[in-house]
Amino acid sequence: MTFQPLTSPPRATSLALLTAAMLAGLMLAYPHTASLSTLAALLDDTAILMLLACGQMTVLLTRGVDLSVAANVALTGMALALFNRHWPQPGVWPVLLLAPLLGALLGAVNGLLVWRLRVAPIVATLGTLAIYRGLVFVLSEGAWINSNQMSAGFLDFPRASRLGLTTLSWLALGGAACIGLWLRYGERGRNIRAAGDNPDAALYAGIDVGRSQFHAFVVSGALAGLCGYLWVARFGVAYTDVAQGFELQVIAACVIGGVSINGGVGTVAGVMLGCLFLGVLKNALPLLGLSPFWQMAVSGLALTIAVVVNARAPSSGRRSFIESRGSAS
Amino acid sequence: MNTSSSVAAHGRRATPPLPAWESALAVALLAVLALNSALSPYFLNAETLSDATWQFAEKGVIALPLALLVISGEIDISVAGIIALASVAMGLAAQAGCDTPVILAAALTTGALAGALNGFLVTVCGVSSIVATIGTMSLFRGGAYAILGDRAIKQYPESFAFFGQGYVVGLVSCELLAFVAMALLCAVVLHFTIAGRRIYAIGANPMTARFSGIHTGRHRFALFVAVGMASAVAAILLTSRLGSTRPSIAQGWELEIVSMVILGGVAVDGGRGSIAGVVLAVLLMGFLSFGFGLLNIPGIVMSIFVGLLLIAVVAVPHLLSRWRNR
Repeated sequence: MTFQPLTSPPRATSLALLTAAMLAGLMLAYPHTASLSTLAALLDDTAILMLLACGQMTVLLTRGVDLSVAANVALTGMALALFNRHWPQPGVWPVLLLAPLLGALLGAVNGLLVWRLRVAPIVATLGTLAIYRGLVFVLSEGAWINSNQMSAGFLDFPRASRLGLTTLSWLALGGAACIGLWLRYGERGRNIRAAGDNPDAALYAGIDVGRSQFHAFVVSGALAGLCGYLWVARFGVAYTDVAQGFELQVIAACVIGGVSINGGVGTVAGVMLGCLFLGVLKNALPLLGLSPFWQMAVSGLALTIAVVVNARAPSSGRRSFIESRGSAS
Repeated sequence: MNTSSSVAAHGRRATPPLPAWESALAVALLAVLALNSALSPYFLNAETLSDATWQFAEKGVIALPLALLVISGEIDISVAGIIALASVAMGLAAQAGCDTPVILAAALTTGALAGALNGFLVTVCGVSSIVATIGTMSLFRGGAYAILGDRAIKQYPESFAFFGQGYVVGLVSCELLAFVAMALLCAVVLHFTIAGRRIYAIGANPMTARFSGIHTGRHRFALFVAVGMASAVAAILLTSRLGSTRPSIAQGWELEIVSMVILGGVAVDGGRGSIAGVVLAVLLMGFLSFGFGLLNIPGIVMSIFVGLLLIAVVAVPHLLSRWRNR
């Protein structure tokens, strides 16, 4: 835990500088984009990624990984779209309550598998990824739910503008702040970081490591559930393949933001920067005249470079010794 | 605790006759076959069974060497991305008017290079393999999209169709032969060579293996290249069967292929697993999805069963051992 403030700021700062430089360069080269509304649109565009990445980071901190987030988004999104189609009268508030609850339930399944049945996180969430994705199809019978079948309140909530930013952006900023404060000052939040940083030491300190992993999966699931509603409302459509493959982008944003896959290392600020970095990259390509088909290749390249740089950065001594011994020549 | 148990298990499985897990898979496979033939009158004849091979041959060709890689303690998520990139390489070669041998060489070279990049990132740069291959997955698939965009390449020479559509002898398709050959190769390497023993040792405890004088990095690098080339072989079979290349080819296959490996009883943290188990898992998933197809049940519903199976594979033995120790 105490290594954290020593190693993370320089990395986060350099990423912030890089993102800012990219943004400034683009705005200088294309002056018509240099406005606050561009920045607001960028934030709106990356908001869902930010929320999901904050949840993913919480799981990564415990040495786990949650591959089922995108399937969770699709399943909760579909369930809530169906709910709204059948019961449009109550408006958006029950949806806002149900979304994180349903998502947390799906996350709790992951958490119980990992905590109680000792299934490796990657296997457990690979399994639930397939199950949740299949359930979306079963639930919808393969049909699409389009915006004309959703109520106006349901659709408008995330897009409504408040104090210059969309509700979606405010939710992302608020959610990230909550996760950041919880991980730093909350008892369970601190346990999560400790459990991932050194499980043996955490055990001796009286922390239930499995239980902390469970908490992390529930948080990740709740955020994914919320994003399920936000995704469906923002894009105005729910179908089986919603957010297909998005889990890997979420992990990519975390890794670029300096979160260690070996647990214990990562900050909300870094993750937000990782998301913004991917967002700027994605929005810059059309400006530079590259076809959108280049987006995946460029973000893949950025991710590959980022992981190599992160692997080279100094981390806590014990772990890097084992790794360099294990993988040298 | 974890390591010692996996070493013990490894010791027991050094010369596997047919251990418990593989027997369970075999029983499940027989049950699926019996169920299929009971539910569909068209299932149990040679032509249908031969048709069923395409359900698993292409994925199985990758799952087998991937099992070796997972036993050594690493994983490769980028296999489907390599298929896309290798398929694009073949398409470009075909577009340039090259003949079949050059097209095959283009695929295999691409696969080997892609695998080498993965191996380099993991063994030289020290990146954890799941993160490294998530990155290269979007790099490879993104490369395919960047080159092709929304176009498709279809002008393959006629002789190229043999690999995905042709039969070698009677009803033995070229795809089935490729799968059987790959299974034999992997079984011999893993169970009957020094390299195979070392792969187990590296996965069971990398540090001990390193201190015992095994070049852990070199073995892992070679396995990444092998998985890359196997993905190229799968790309050849798939592209030849479809007769066209699109950048979205084999989208999402990586999860199915990894599921096959885990279902086959290979431990995700390395050190345990057998080729017999993986072959049975590949057949099981292949015939399960083929049977679902005959019953007109969409593939996505079948993914629910695969997901449940995947979790049960790991959770049930744990529950059983806890129940026994009570």
